[in-house]
Amino acid sequence: MRETEHSHKTFHRSKTVTVLFLCLFLFMVLIGRLVYLMVFRSEYYMEKAKELHERERSIKAARGRIIDANGEILADNRTVCTISVIHNQIEDAEQVIAVLSKELGLSEDYVRKRVEKYSAIEKIKSNVDKSVGDTIRAYELAGVKVDEDYKRYYPYDSLASKVLGFTGGDNQGIIGLEVIYEEYLQGEPGMILTVTDAKGVEVPEAGEERIEPVSGKDLYISLDMNIQSYATQLAMQTMETKQAQSVSIIVMNPQNGEIKAMVNVPEFDLNHPYTLPEDLEESDPDAERKQELLNAMWRNGCINDTYEPGSTFKTVTAAAALEEGVVTVNDSFHCPGYVMVEDRRIRCHKIAGHGAENFVQATMNSCNPVFVTVGLRLGVDKYYQYFKQFGLLDKTGIDLPGEAGTIMHKKDNIGLVELATISFGQSFQITPIQLAVTVSSFINGGKRVTPHFGIRTANADGSDSQSFTYQIRENVVSAETSETMKYLLEQVVENGGGQKAYIEGYRIGGKTATSQTLPRGSGKYIASFIGFAPADDPEILALCIINHPQGTYYGGQIAAPVVRQLFENILPYLEKMDYNNRSGSSGNHF
Amino acid sequence: MAERNSSRRKSNIPNYMDYTLLFIVIFLLGFGLVMVYSTSSYSANLQFDGDAAWYFRKQFWATVVGIVAMMVVANIPYHFWEQFAMLGYIVSVVLILLIIPFGTESHGAKRWLNIAGISVQPAEVAKLGMILFLASMICTMGKSIRQRKGFYTVLAVPVPIAIMLWRITSNLSSAIIVMGIAVLMLFVSCPDYKRFIILGIVTLVSAAIIVFIIVKLAESSGGTEDLGFRGGRILAWLDPEAYAIGKGFQTLQGLYAIGSGGILGKGLGNSKQKLGFIPEAQNDMIFSIICEELGLFGAIAVILMFIMLIWRFMIIANNAPDLFGALLVVGVLGHIAIQVILNIAVVTNTIPNTGISLPFISYGGTSVLFLLIEIGLVLSVARGIRLKDL
Repeated sequence: MRETEHSHKTFHRSKTVTVLFLCLFLFMVLIGRLVYLMVFRSEYYMEKAKELHERERSIKAARGRIIDANGEILADNRTVCTISVIHNQIEDAEQVIAVLSKELGLSEDYVRKRVEKYSAIEKIKSNVDKSVGDTIRAYELAGVKVDEDYKRYYPYDSLASKVLGFTGGDNQGIIGLEVIYEEYLQGEPGMILTVTDAKGVEVPEAGEERIEPVSGKDLYISLDMNIQSYATQLAMQTMETKQAQSVSIIVMNPQNGEIKAMVNVPEFDLNHPYTLPEDLEESDPDAERKQELLNAMWRNGCINDTYEPGSTFKTVTAAAALEEGVVTVNDSFHCPGYVMVEDRRIRCHKIAGHGAENFVQATMNSCNPVFVTVGLRLGVDKYYQYFKQFGLLDKTGIDLPGEAGTIMHKKDNIGLVELATISFGQSFQITPIQLAVTVSSFINGGKRVTPHFGIRTANADGSDSQSFTYQIRENVVSAETSETMKYLLEQVVENGGGQKAYIEGYRIGGKTATSQTLPRGSGKYIASFIGFAPADDPEILALCIINHPQGTYYGGQIAAPVVRQLFENILPYLEKMDYNNRSGSSGNHF
Repeated sequence: MAERNSSRRKSNIPNYMDYTLLFIVIFLLGFGLVMVYSTSSYSANLQFDGDAAWYFRKQFWATVVGIVAMMVVANIPYHFWEQFAMLGYIVSVVLILLIIPFGTESHGAKRWLNIAGISVQPAEVAKLGMILFLASMICTMGKSIRQRKGFYTVLAVPVPIAIMLWRITSNLSSAIIVMGIAVLMLFVSCPDYKRFIILGIVTLVSAAIIVFIIVKLAESSGGTEDLGFRGGRILAWLDPEAYAIGKGFQTLQGLYAIGSGGILGKGLGNSKQKLGFIPEAQNDMIFSIICEELGLFGAIAVILMFIMLIWRFMIIANNAPDLFGALLVVGVLGHIAIQVILNIAVVTNTIPNTGISLPFISYGGTSVLFLLIEIGLVLSVARGIRLKDL
């Protein structure tokens, strides 16, 4: 009996030891698992846990204002609300969903998803009007948070809409200057970090981390609200009377590239940039179609679109030929109403022909055969070289997004026929701003300026002012050529095709253009006029482009008067503004 | 008779008290009370209107009562309980059945009985009853346990209780523990290994098959709606982050706590996850807060304490004066070892989530009381050890 008990005990003992080792083995596995979780995965879970515990509330920085040449505020900030929910503080989820979807006009599903998401704080909607925010606050719903912050506000609604641009839901620039100067305007958002328990109650001893926001810098631009408004009025008027598709006007200082006005009518309301104009509103556009329409509405034709410049481009041919010495103002020509280039017969706009004329008269008459002849004298290589030297192959570098490049033949593909058409401004495309800058360089003594709006940035109190500098390329044409060009273009206005831009008492220079849009024979035209004053020492340059006018479509007939009216109003104004003191007495030149 | 001999001998030899075991248990209890206060004070403060010590006080008194019960049991020769073995089994069954009409519901499960104002978990009674009943039965069976018939008889004894615990109280973990205790006691009392290895392999394979089937079902149905309570738990185990709002919530919150503890922890009392992110952190998930506050070192220290406890049980079992005593200790060892291993495995998401508390540390009056009664039994067995045997 004793022996049996002893042998019993032996295997019982070894079995109990086995159990102990089995337990030890399992504990080792669990310790291994703990090491994995607490050493190798520690960072991951720490991050996750921190996300869960810290309720982050950002404090929006006030975006910098945009201020015009006279100190008028063109873009400002207004108080709006951001609505968020704190999951763990919500008591009646259904009511919260119902109220928020009703007051904010959001779908119930959208709100429900956010309300039911387990997170420390969840944003429902930002940029809510203060009145709506106050309404929601009045419900006193547990777990719903209404934070106030800023929203962009444009006091002049649609004024210079395509230049200024607007901002999106997070106050980031979407188009225009708002995009280009984002880094100055946006500032740095601040942050409040609070450690909370699962119910969203702040844990007092964990403290609060607060990072103060830094306001964005104000942007001072060269745009002059008065000139811009007047130019907009003129453009609107012209668009209505000529039933044109659109009208663009650029007003700039040819000496330094500062843009005083840039109008593209129809403009749009910057305070409601997502509302399509009524005549464009389709019954039920899908999202993609709507975006397409919006993009079209936001387009800045002066820099985003290219066109065939037509006769205004004869200034380039003239400048290149004068610079190269292949023509002088007194060279005489004969225009029979057409010119033969290889086997092509290129017609003059005056079918009967201009007869005998010198180069000055040919410019005044905008005679195609003469300019074709002059272009052919230059030859493809030289013409292309000047095209490049004038900067026509590069972008102007204007401080607006999305500038279009020049659409030009490859040099190898330019035959004599192509050269002939280029000479009077057809068969290639440039942007309006490109033309304005190129003509500027012919009349300002040969300086290729960088067109721009941005002058300087400064803090709201005016401190820490920083000016922008822009590149100027000298000797694009010689001073001599520049003098000749000013003379030629003044003659166009005094005695030639630009007579409708003439203003008694001022010296105006300019060039008209009328081009048929592609495809030819569509009956659609672009009428344009580029003018500058005073003609001997230009301080202001204006380009007016009328797209698809009905009825009379000659640039000299419809675009030149627009520039005249503009100049009539702004030249006295500019003198008063002291922009122009050097030519203050140039009124009585004759 | 062996029993009479040993009891007579005992009167001659000075009483042996296993102070090592006693110290480990008291340390675990003290540590448990600290952790219960640490984990529950924040929510108790909110829940009971400023009474941060509410859970702590309840647990403290349960512990005091438990220690008294332990000392009483430790001073009663353990053979005294042999006569109640059958009664224990019957009482277990009756108590579980009583849940159907009289059970109180808490946390969505009916597991508690209210007896004279004290809520008792019949599952805890059943575990103790099972240890006592099997120890007595195996002693009575003698060598017949080595036969196939005896083996399967012992294996069949806990099955009704386990099934009732599972179906009536929907407490799968207690059912697993009851079965586990029985298998361990059977393992120690049979000389053979083969059957147990086969049993282990069969269990593992069928578990794997079930997991596989559930995953396949979830893939084909694309949802967890029709997979029921436990199917969802298995899917949440495999990818807790995908079920972060539902079944995986507790597990994921536990993992955040464990992971954010790192090697040295955030320091006692500094857990963030206990601030309501882990629901009732003082219960089953308490180990995750230990990890968060005391780090990997604290967690391993706790595991080492349990290993020492199990090592003490083994020493006592192997020196017990007779088979009955040894089996009682093995039963208690099985109970505590299984519960600790399963708890830590659940908390670390090593196995699917199933409600299981950490012995001596988790909040729970019935659990602590019955665990201390079991320790009392072990101490009573230890008293019968002749010092020269050691």
